[in-house]
Formats: sequence, structure tokens, C-alpha cells
Amino acid sequence: MTENLAQTVPWQSCVITEIVQQTPGIKSFFLRLSKPFAHVAGQHVDVRLTAPDGYSAMRSYSIASWAISSPTIELAIERLPDGEVSQFFHDVAVIGDEIELRGPLGGHFLWPELAIEPVLLIGAGSGLVPLMAMIRQRRALSQVVPTALLLSARTAEDVLFSEELHSVEISDPAFVLALAITREKPIRASDYARRIDGVMVKEILAQLHGKPTQVFVCGSNGFVNVATDGALLAGLDPSIIKTERYGG
Amino acid sequence: MVTRGFRGRGSGGDGSNRIPPGQHLVENFPVLSAGPTPSVEPSDWTFTVKIGPKPVKVWDWSAFNALPKTKMTRDIHCVTSWSKLDTTWEGVLVEDILADAGLERPTDFVLAHSYDGYSTNVPLADLLSGKAMVALNYAGKPLPRDHGGPARLLVPHLYFWKSAKWVNALQFTTRDEAGFWELRGYHMYGDPWRQQRYTND
Ligand SMILES: Cc1cc2nc3c(=O)[nH]c(=O)nc-3n(C[C@H](O)[C@H](O)[C@H](O)COP(=O)(O)OP(=O)(O)OC[C@H]3O[C@@H](n4cnc5c(N)ncnc54)[C@H](O)[C@@H]3O)c2cc1C
Repeated sequence: MTENLAQTVPWQSCVITEIVQQTPGIKSFFLRLSKPFAHVAGQHVDVRLTAPDGYSAMRSYSIASWAISSPTIELAIERLPDGEVSQFFHDVAVIGDEIELRGPLGGHFLWPELAIEPVLLIGAGSGLVPLMAMIRQRRALSQVVPTALLLSARTAEDVLFSEELHSVEISDPAFVLALAITREKPIRASDYARRIDGVMVKEILAQLHGKPTQVFVCGSNGFVNVATDGALLAGLDPSIIKTERYGG
Repeated sequence: MVTRGFRGRGSGGDGSNRIPPGQHLVENFPVLSAGPTPSVEPSDWTFTVKIGPKPVKVWDWSAFNALPKTKMTRDIHCVTSWSKLDTTWEGVLVEDILADAGLERPTDFVLAHSYDGYSTNVPLADLLSGKAMVALNYAGKPLPRDHGGPARLLVPHLYFWKSAKWVNALQFTTRDEAGFWELRGYHMYGDPWRQQRYTND
């Protein structure tokens, strides 16, 4: 991190090596960097697309992957109606295409360097992406810090990285997974069939064995407001809550 | 580098010379912030001007609202790459706040502070000459909480993270001291026309 601060983070070109349809609305894009970097879970890249007439469009995307050394990063992009950049990725981009990006960026929404005290993660939709990187970093470093993920999705098939999350939940007693499914009946009895609220956050906290000292909330602005209201109603202090809002 | 197959939405000629490089036009007003949205009632609200650690003057909501008000229509530019044209604001110009506190130019640098612990640095010269205000109204209505209500700093010629939401103090500092995002990899000055997004851009 600090070495990045000493100089400009350069633009680089990378190649799409794999595309995976994760949910009906979200695809993962695996990008091979020409100048590999190490990042902390929670950081993002800025992607720049350029048209033949010189017009360019830039957007931020959280890095979903975490690896000690790999030249490939994963982005997971949700297709928005009339979205200039997300539609390009979903409808035009193919394996082998070159994409310009710079990173890693962002120095606030970061998995703690010393992860000891319980952590609560709350996300919705593609807002899971930086949280997933945290869950992956925690596993890759064999950290045992109690961690809970409260994840909101419209339906079960909209849950991003669903299989991986369930396998972490089964294999790791210090990891709690709770889904808040808003548009259909949840499959598991332990999941919720409503939007996130204070009672729900309280129940998750009870499973965490100790009060969290860091809370990460990510998603659309509307979702982040609902989720942080829930966290505050459950008695958490606003100063420990970090948010990443995807605009809109 | 041209991206294969990318044409762009083509934002239509009008106003494009008002959109800095790397930015795109939006009609809505996206919301970004680093933590929960604070809830501050005007009855509890105060605003302080300080020199270093020392408070010089404190206003409550009604005293602050009694200061001369100014309207501004400005284009705004967020570092996350959206720009919005012709946004309309009303509030108190920074020079009118300083005049009421009996101050001229105690130092050349200012840190703005907010109710949520946020801070951001702006050179004093960028806050004077009608360039900046503490805004109380947006689009003719009291500023909504999501956009920084009851009051936010408005420095529209710099990237919008400099326009601190939920502002409650301006502090004069002898050196240019980094604020919240400036300590976390973002540029000390933040000129959108020079794409000063991240440290050393
Ligand atoms: C730090 C950060 C991390 C992020 N991480 C991710 C991530 O991991 N995954 C992810 O999917 N997203 C992420 N985002 C959001 C992402 O940056 C983009 O905002 C998102 O992909 C939408 O971009 P777009 O070009 O597709 O849509 P835009 O073209 O920007 O449009 C956004 C929405 O507004 C509407 N709209 C705006 N302007 C117009 C117009 N002129 N005409 C018609 N409609 C319009 C569109 O309908 C669309 O639904 C992140 C954002 C931030 C700030």
C-alpha cells in the first residue's frame, strides 16, 4: 500500500482469459495483468474503455480475487439497464480482448492487516465482490477471525459465488453465512425472507461470539442506507462501519 | 489504446466541453460516502471556525442562517467519473463566514471537518472569491441527508470529495494537511481538468 503512495499508479493493458456467467445478471471476468500487482482485499481497479473517436469511459470495479501471487485478477460485473460500461462487458467483450486498467486503488475499505476481532460483512448483489475478496484473503492466510456475512439477494439464483460461500460455511466453524432473500421463499430455514433490519443484524451478531470491531457494508446507496440503519439499530457504533457505495 | 467493439453512449455534443477528461455525464445524483449517513437535526447543529486547535467563532443553525445567502449554479465532478451539469445551490459563501468571524487570511490552508469524522483539505484561495460556500439548499430545497444535509461544503471546481458532506467546521492550518481521502491514496488538490484523482496523478 504505502509504496503505491510514492508514485502514480500506472495504466496497464490486460487480456481477458476467461468469462463466467455467475448469476443471471452478473458475469466474472478474469484478466491477465501485464504488470502484476499485489492488493489488499477490498481494493478496486479503474477500467478505461476507449472508442475509435477517442471518447473514453472509466468506471471502478472491486477486485473479487485474492492471491499471494497471481498475474490474474477476477472482476464480477453486474449488467445494468443502459449501463455504458457494464453492457460492453456483458454483450461485447470476449476472451482474448485487451482491456486497460489501473490499480490497485482505494485505501479505506480494506480487510484489516491484523484480523483478530470479529468482523461483520454486509452486502447485496455485486456489492458482495470486495467482501468476497476479504473472505478469500482470510482463507488464503488461514485466518480464524470470526467472520459473518449477511448477504441480501432477490432470489437464490441471484446469490453471487453461492457454491463457494456454502463450502466455506461448511468447512469453517468461525464463518457464519446468512442470506436475506427478498423476492422468494428462502430454501434454508436459517435464512431470512425479508430485507435487512436491526433484529436480523442482532441475530447474526449473537452467532459471532463477540462484538465486531469492523463492519463492512457494500452495495447500492439505497441498500447501504438500509443495512447501516440495521447495524446501528443493533447497537453497533457508526465509527466502526465502513461503506462502499456503488453510486446510483 | 482503442477497446475493440466499444463505441460509447456518445453523450451528445451539448455540454461536452464542460465535461473534464475521463468523466461522463449523469442526470441522477449518485451518492458516495465512506460510512453511515449521519443524522443531524438543525436544532443540534453548530458550525465552528478554528485557527489550529483554537475555536474562533461558533454559530448555531439560526445564527448561521442569518448570514448573507448566495445562490450558485455549477457543474460538479466526482472522482468515480460522473459529472453533473447546472446543479443549483444556496448557502453562505466562505468569505461571508470569515467576515462574520472577523477573519481575513489567518493561514493559507484549510481543513474542513464533518459530523462523521470526515475531513478534507482545500487551499484558502480555492474557498474565496465566490468559489465556495457552505450549502444549505440544493435544487431549491433543504439539502437532503444523503447529499450532506443539513449543510455541506461546496467547492465545485475540485473533485467532489472536497465538498465535505455534513460539514461542521473549517480549521485553518499552517501547512497543507491531508484529510481523510488524501491520507488514503487520493490527490492533495483534486483538479478534475488535470485528472488529479490519486496521489501523484
Ligand atoms: C469503488 C467502486 C467499486 C465498484 N465495484 C463494482 C463491482 O465490483 N461490480 C459492479 O458490477 N459494479 C461495481 N461498481 C459500480 C461501477 O463502477 C459502475 O458504476 C457500474 O458498472 C455502472 O456502470 P455502467 O457504465 O454500466 O452504467 P452507467 O452508464 O454509468 O449508468 C448507470 C445507470 O444509470 C443509468 N443511466 C445513467 N446515465 C444514463 C443516460 N445518459 N442514459 C440512460 N441511462 C443512464 C443507466 O440506466 C444505468 O442503470 C463499483 C463502483 C465503485 C465506486
